[in-house]
Amino acid sequence: MAECHPVGFQWVMEAKARGATVVHVDPRFTRTSALADLHVPLRAGSDIAFLGGLVNYVLTHEKDFREYVLAYTNAATIVGEEFRDTEDLDGVFSGLDRENRSYDPMTWQYEGAVVQAASGERDQEYEERTEAESTIREAARGEAHGAGGAGVSGEIHTDETLTHPRCVFQILKRHYARYTPEMVEQVCGVPQETFRRVCELVTENSGRERTTAFAYAVGWTQHTVGAQYIRTASILQSLLGNIGRPGGGILALRGHASIQGSTDIPTLFNLLPGYIPMPHAHQNETLDEFVQAEGAEKGYWGNLRSYLVSLMKAWWGPAATEDNDYAFGYLPRLTGSHSTYETVMAQLEGTCHGYFLMGENPAVGSANAKMQRLGMAALDWLVVRDFSLIESATWWKDGPEIETGELRTEDIGTEVFFLPAAAHTEKSGSFTNTQRLLQWHRQAVEPQGDARSDLWFTYHLGRRIRAKLAGSADEMNRPLLDLTWDYPVHGAIAEPDAEAVLAEINGSGPDGRPLSAYTELTDDGSTSCGCWIYCGVYADGVNQADRRKPRTEQDWVAKEWAWAWPANRRILYNRASADPDGRPWSERKAYVWWDGQKWTGHDVPDFEPGKAPDYRPEEGAKGPDALSGTDAFIMQADGKAWLYAPAGLVDGPLPAHYEPHESPFTNPLYSQQSNPVRQVIRHPENRYQPPGSEVFPYVTTTYRLTEHHTAGGMSRWLPYLAELQPEFFCEISPELAAERGLEHLGWATIVTARTAIEARVLVTERLTPLRVGGRTLHQVGLPYHWGPNGLSTGDAANELAPVVLDPNTHIQEVKAMACDIRPGRRPRGPALLEFVREYRRRAGITDETGMEM
Amino acid sequence: MRGWLESWPVYRQFRGEDRSGRGESAMSRRTAELRPRVGTADRVVKSVCPYCAVGCGQDVFVKDEKVVQIEGDPDSPVSRGRLCPKGSASLQLTTGSARRYDVLYRRPYGTEWERLSLDEAMDMIADRVIEARERGWQWEEDGARVRRTMGFASLGGATLDNEENYLIKKLFTALGAIQIENQARI
Ligand code: SF4
Repeated sequence: MAECHPVGFQWVMEAKARGATVVHVDPRFTRTSALADLHVPLRAGSDIAFLGGLVNYVLTHEKDFREYVLAYTNAATIVGEEFRDTEDLDGVFSGLDRENRSYDPMTWQYEGAVVQAASGERDQEYEERTEAESTIREAARGEAHGAGGAGVSGEIHTDETLTHPRCVFQILKRHYARYTPEMVEQVCGVPQETFRRVCELVTENSGRERTTAFAYAVGWTQHTVGAQYIRTASILQSLLGNIGRPGGGILALRGHASIQGSTDIPTLFNLLPGYIPMPHAHQNETLDEFVQAEGAEKGYWGNLRSYLVSLMKAWWGPAATEDNDYAFGYLPRLTGSHSTYETVMAQLEGTCHGYFLMGENPAVGSANAKMQRLGMAALDWLVVRDFSLIESATWWKDGPEIETGELRTEDIGTEVFFLPAAAHTEKSGSFTNTQRLLQWHRQAVEPQGDARSDLWFTYHLGRRIRAKLAGSADEMNRPLLDLTWDYPVHGAIAEPDAEAVLAEINGSGPDGRPLSAYTELTDDGSTSCGCWIYCGVYADGVNQADRRKPRTEQDWVAKEWAWAWPANRRILYNRASADPDGRPWSERKAYVWWDGQKWTGHDVPDFEPGKAPDYRPEEGAKGPDALSGTDAFIMQADGKAWLYAPAGLVDGPLPAHYEPHESPFTNPLYSQQSNPVRQVIRHPENRYQPPGSEVFPYVTTTYRLTEHHTAGGMSRWLPYLAELQPEFFCEISPELAAERGLEHLGWATIVTARTAIEARVLVTERLTPLRVGGRTLHQVGLPYHWGPNGLSTGDAANELAPVVLDPNTHIQEVKAMACDIRPGRRPRGPALLEFVREYRRRAGITDETGMEM
Repeated sequence: MRGWLESWPVYRQFRGEDRSGRGESAMSRRTAELRPRVGTADRVVKSVCPYCAVGCGQDVFVKDEKVVQIEGDPDSPVSRGRLCPKGSASLQLTTGSARRYDVLYRRPYGTEWERLSLDEAMDMIADRVIEARERGWQWEEDGARVRRTMGFASLGGATLDNEENYLIKKLFTALGAIQIENQARI
């Protein structure tokens, strides 16, 4: 965190100054470790074993916050009889369909009820939920960053004594019993004493009086079990009562200025704004069938119809009417996954002809960067919008394949447009930061030359296309021509008014006035709203994201600085900061509470303001009305934090440790080696390594540096930053340097089944050998910012990575890979290809390697 | 004479409070007359760092319609005026020599970049989208209605504004495109 989110880390230091203990768990010793009380190096790719060990410690030593667990989690809920755990099936869950490499999750459900998922894959029980016929096999999976929400139909059975053998608490106990300190030591390479110390620190610092927070960077997501990493932390934090309370939580430290915003208002294939799923193709599906399948009976997802109809009104205005199902049929339909890696496959297959890159540099930033470039070389046209000539704009001229002779510039048919982008100082707009805070940046100056904002580009592109197709009677053009696309423009370049777009996102009522909360949305077409969770950001016609009351003039929650979704709430599920009766768990940790008439406190309460703690819903109540006065997790169908996830994940209701797809070790926990439903892609340029291969004995992991940013497009061209980190390097321990004859400041070649890259060698004790599975393991650290263009240059670490994905999120595994390392520079030209082929031969790699379940 | 004497650091050192001669007394006239860029700016515009998701506040100093300095915003409860090396380099990001201001075009099988006007480029791109969209159009797949195009795709958005992402998703969805993705997947 000190490296990648340095200014955020000042708050960790503030906490430390006030007595907090800081534990840093990371394969490398970094600036964070230097300031932590305890640094725990572990094997990359073993976090579920580590966190599972913590869960086991909490359960065996009865360290859970029992009142919280009983009131706010699903610990007491009884799971259906058909469910079989990894304990019963040696490492897999019931419902595994080996032929289709997927799970049927029906056996994971609660007894007596079918629940809809909080977030993640909500289409998986479509047929059961609608009893409709579907001829299409749904292969699409889930979304990791969801806002949450879930539906339950039927009656949930519970056992408040937590002793029923099929209650969640008992299942959890059995499932994690094998995650002992001995096992943690063997899997993670963390000595038992160190691990016990962490267990003590975390549990001693949790309960009524104290809370513990987990912060992770998105490296947790870049595994074939990424979503399950975060699930394990959720289980632990829920057991310890650390969710919805000040100083608690699981904090995702995200890496781009508005990566949260681009998930909330998603430029993602599987979502519509506000985490409404994109519809899948089903026979004659109506809006109501969709809502029935994807929505929930209880909780705020019960109002999905209002959110969706209001979105359709924002997009299609008067053309969205009750008679045409509010233009629901205008939305294109998914059939499976259409993620960025599938898009590359479609480019290679010749079915995707054109490609827009807007501020992203996949030619060095995505896993198996060569496949990205080959995909682009198969396009008809490519539009790159960026500040400088990044690698994704110039690969046809000077990319690595030109050097090896695999591509010849004269043979590449791709037409390339480079359009310069405007900087944040040259346009107005909002970023959503990692804590869901929308902050407005105001335009300072006009962009020069041809530089334009993406708002300008998208608006004027749409305007031109609409003009060219105007008058067309073709049904295919109806959604485009009916689209609401009139935004006021200003200035010499006709820049669209960003605040007008924000107002559309916020939404308006029947009188055209801005809405102030999503609770005002209706499903009769009288309200419009471009993103329901952002409703209120333009309340009273005021740009709430542009509020800038100085921190010195307000309290520590700083509610009058910018605007947080939803409803300007700074901590989600904060009803859980009070006990079931509505009193703060302790004075020290008071945050929101029931004052006898209403909910009040330091933050905007995440609860219906007038709903008393003793409120119990009437029979048959629906939506928010069905939540009781103690159902703190208001987006969940049962109002509870899920220790066990009966739906929503495609790879199991509980996290289990699986080895990375390419691991030098066999799984000590189960005979199932890797996530059985991980997403593999078969392609000659994407060959996999066999597990346990001696040819690739080391583990490598990628990461960021303070001085550079992601794939380098915004940092490698800057003299200041290039001077601070002038070229690509790898970090290795003195022991590994001795073992392989690597010299400090010399060159190393790092090899995987995909290719070989070279890096300067940094020999440092920041990396330390670990004892894993009875032998010594060396790890190689690779910052991934580089590419051949710009001022600070080097090979791209992502050349090494395979495309193998988390089945929930379709995110690639780049945080734990097996590799070889040797002294000297890599071969050049065609010799590089031969060099890698020789490695493949030695490791016995074929097109079947790594494809097993 | 007196002016000359007062400009002599040794004289100032003995007369003033800076007896060690390491402060004001050693200052040259040129140094004394230097003014910070932030002091002479025409206006200060409130902004946010464009790099990571911490979201540090920035003050953008503008003089003669040019950005002359970017500093941390002390009012921000997120950052309290601090910026890390990246945020501190944003002046170079926004005004540095690495930025390009011209549209460039590489024709199929071409070996070099060519120049193109923005207007022409926009028109050509609009035509390309229409064509690729039609070529990849699908009404049905496996008997179910899909009403979409697989003909073009888009990648990027995590570095952009919410309003920009909103228009991209809205326009491309209305065109029937589904392969719309960004860095959150990566
Ligand atoms: S200044 Fe640094 S820590 Fe702050 S938002 Fe920018 S990149 Fe992130």
